Amino acid sequence: MIKLNVNGTTHQADVNPDTPLLWVLRDTLHLTGTKYGCGIAQCGACTVHLDGTPVRSCITPVSSAVGHKITTVEGIDADRVGKAVQEAWRRLDVVQCGYCQSGQMMSAVVLLTENRKPSDADIDDAMAGNLCRCATYQRIRAAIHEAARSLA
Amino acid sequence: MNETVIQNFSRRQFLQGTAAGLTLGFCLPGFAANLLAKAGQAPTITDFEPNAFLRIGTDNSVIVIAKHLEMGQGSYTGLATILADELDADWSLVRVESAPADARRYNNLLWGAAQGTGGSTAMANSWMQMRQAGATGRAMLVAAAAKHWKVDTGGITVRDGVVAHAASGHKATFGELALAAAQESVPAEVQLKEPKEFRLIGKRAPRKDSAAKTDGSAIYTQDVFLPDMLVAVVAHPPLFGAKVRSFDARRARSVKGVVDVVQIPQGVAVLAHDTWSAKKGRDALSVEWDESGAFKLGSSEILARYRELAKTEGAIAKVEGDTAQAFAGAARTLYAEYEFPYLAHAPMEPLNCVIRLGTDGCEVWNGEQMNTGDQYALAGLFGFKPEQVKINMLYAGGSFGRRAGKDSDYVLEAAHIVKAIKGRAPVKLVWLREDDMRAGYYRPLFFHTLEAALDGHGALLGWHHRLVGQSIMAGSAFAKAMVKDGIDATSIEGAVNLPYTIPNFKVDLHTPVDIGVPVLWWRSVGSSHTAFSTETFLDEVAASLGKDPVALRLELLKDHPRHAGVLQLAAEKAGWGQPLKAEPGVRRGRGVALHESFNSYVAEVAEVTVAKDGSVKVDRVVCAVDCGTAINPDNIRSQLEGAVGFALTASLYGEITLEGGRVKQGNYDGYPLLRINEMPKVEVHIVESANAPTGIGEPGVPPLAPAVANAIAAATGKRLRRLPFDTTELAV
Repeated sequence: MIKLNVNGTTHQADVNPDTPLLWVLRDTLHLTGTKYGCGIAQCGACTVHLDGTPVRSCITPVSSAVGHKITTVEGIDADRVGKAVQEAWRRLDVVQCGYCQSGQMMSAVVLLTENRKPSDADIDDAMAGNLCRCATYQRIRAAIHEAARSLA
Repeated sequence: MNETVIQNFSRRQFLQGTAAGLTLGFCLPGFAANLLAKAGQAPTITDFEPNAFLRIGTDNSVIVIAKHLEMGQGSYTGLATILADELDADWSLVRVESAPADARRYNNLLWGAAQGTGGSTAMANSWMQMRQAGATGRAMLVAAAAKHWKVDTGGITVRDGVVAHAASGHKATFGELALAAAQESVPAEVQLKEPKEFRLIGKRAPRKDSAAKTDGSAIYTQDVFLPDMLVAVVAHPPLFGAKVRSFDARRARSVKGVVDVVQIPQGVAVLAHDTWSAKKGRDALSVEWDESGAFKLGSSEILARYRELAKTEGAIAKVEGDTAQAFAGAARTLYAEYEFPYLAHAPMEPLNCVIRLGTDGCEVWNGEQMNTGDQYALAGLFGFKPEQVKINMLYAGGSFGRRAGKDSDYVLEAAHIVKAIKGRAPVKLVWLREDDMRAGYYRPLFFHTLEAALDGHGALLGWHHRLVGQSIMAGSAFAKAMVKDGIDATSIEGAVNLPYTIPNFKVDLHTPVDIGVPVLWWRSVGSSHTAFSTETFLDEVAASLGKDPVALRLELLKDHPRHAGVLQLAAEKAGWGQPLKAEPGVRRGRGVALHESFNSYVAEVAEVTVAKDGSVKVDRVVCAVDCGTAINPDNIRSQLEGAVGFALTASLYGEITLEGGRVKQGNYDGYPLLRINEMPKVEVHIVESANAPTGIGEPGVPPLAPAVANAIAAATGKRLRRLPFDTTELAV
């Protein structure tokens, strides 16, 4: 039995320790906001935070998440930056199909936590690991600037 | 879908037919209960459902029933915008629910008897239907209020979900009137608004799916969990047309979590309690494939065959004037060849489908784009009547055409698995990214040639376009309507309807039938290749004639004001004709392209910078669009921004390659998508129009690649004639 702290709540999961965190979150805990896109850390749809650091949960064995605070999109609004990101995403209607957006927002939260006034180049650096097939990139960029303004 | 005979209801029959069947009530709010008591009615109604698209609750909720899939293109918001405007609803109280699969009530009016989403038709076919649905609801609310207040309907106004009569001071919300309105008869005729009265259409109406898609609560097929559900991951054949010869499942069955392994026509399915166990089980399978009947050519061999075919005349798709004479008498001729690869849709959510099979029917959860086709296919496989197949249409994590299966491929795969285990458990079929990318149903590989005849005085006399590529429609239920005399309309769309005045004009087509790669519509379909060859070739014609590309197009567009309108608007907003700023030694260029698709008109001007190593950066794209009445302008902007990025992926990277019949690419490492650092700045300008609304999901895609190629030519003098671009040619 593996013990996980997700969004401030402790969960127990009877899974093999080498199972990727992604599938434990989704299939065992039914926290489905974190998405499967590629399984090889190419698309970023599965991005979650471990103690505030972004990780690709599709290649992170669940055993390595034990003892760390896991944050998923379902817990994004518990934090001031996360709330600002979520609200900016809504104000600008960033989403289209929406499937990648959990991962996009999780990456954006880390960027804005570390850098309250990111430039376009900073955004490119922080967000280039997150694919969006609908190509909502222009609005993602604008929403990050918008969230930065609201946090200032 | 031709066999699906559906009775066409008149609007009145339709509305009356669906106003029936209201359900049992609960505790009624005082006002409505009083109304009912006065009317001598038993309180047996909970909602006001004037038609199949609208339900108003006593809690003031306004539910719009969407017959179209929401796959990112904004259909839910668009449908709700139209209905809510005519209803005069409070936008903040409007919610959207998906319609069940029911071709009788929810058919796509541009597809005849079938329900489904595609061809950028959601708004175009629903425009009047949703307006009437909203106006009908409004009229019944007004009639109920007039009766209760004992006033004339004429003095009643409706605004933001509140019905009021100023003279008497009466006022009530939709929710308060809902039950009384449900007692009103459905009016035979309703008054629709004049465009100047619109309060949501053409204004800002925020997306209805933004909230759920930003807190993890939106449910896609991948997110469905049913009690006792098993997840299936399938070993698919490595070649198109290969079959299972034998398999050994002992190791797979020993994987913890695996509960069953079954053979299906599509391969071997491993069923487990969770996705990861199913994947491990699938990886532990040992399958021997029978490749005797499989397709084994590579992309380069296919292309070589197409080049050979292109040396002879194909089936004539269109002819005007006498091209032979025009070319014989030409002062100069131009000739060019174009290559287009297979393309995968690669939506972020790989394909999946959930089915629960019972003895008297089945229930499906799917990002459902081909509702009637899938319903009938499942009914056929299981031996049910179509109405015994209940389909829950969920959000799709992208599609770009892929979920509109012409033969219900992945839906039937899920069905075969649940059938193989005799319905013992509901099954979620999960395709891993590699399954999705290697499954075929690609945008077909195409080869084009183009020839132009020019006279000695700067005129374009002749145009001959030859195309070689597989038919998308052949073998599908749409073939009867879309393939005429051997010509698939989707192979030559965008080529035969070129808007330019050219006196001698010919398009011919070869349709190879011996290529075993399944092909499908891919966002913008035929226009995804025809816009590129025609619009880059026209640029070459302009250069050869020494004419400005915009000026030449306008000269040839005399009878096409909507084409000319977007071209002029894009050119003006982009600063066409003004020099493009560039540091000394930096190669920059500006290019334009214009294309009509799905009855919408789009012009795009691209600005590019080409580095010394040949790499291309698209800096800015200015779009002008005429899609008739702009229902939701912000969504139109969003769709064009996205279309630019989607099409830029195809310009720079998109390519599925076959080697010995095997698909080389399997994931995003081999099939890269555009990333945020490569996204140009996109500006969208919308032509004001009173015309009926037309498509917006696809029309932004076709002009992008030719606009960029034309900009590259302006910057470097080099003409790129294959997609994706081979930028090594541009190195200096």
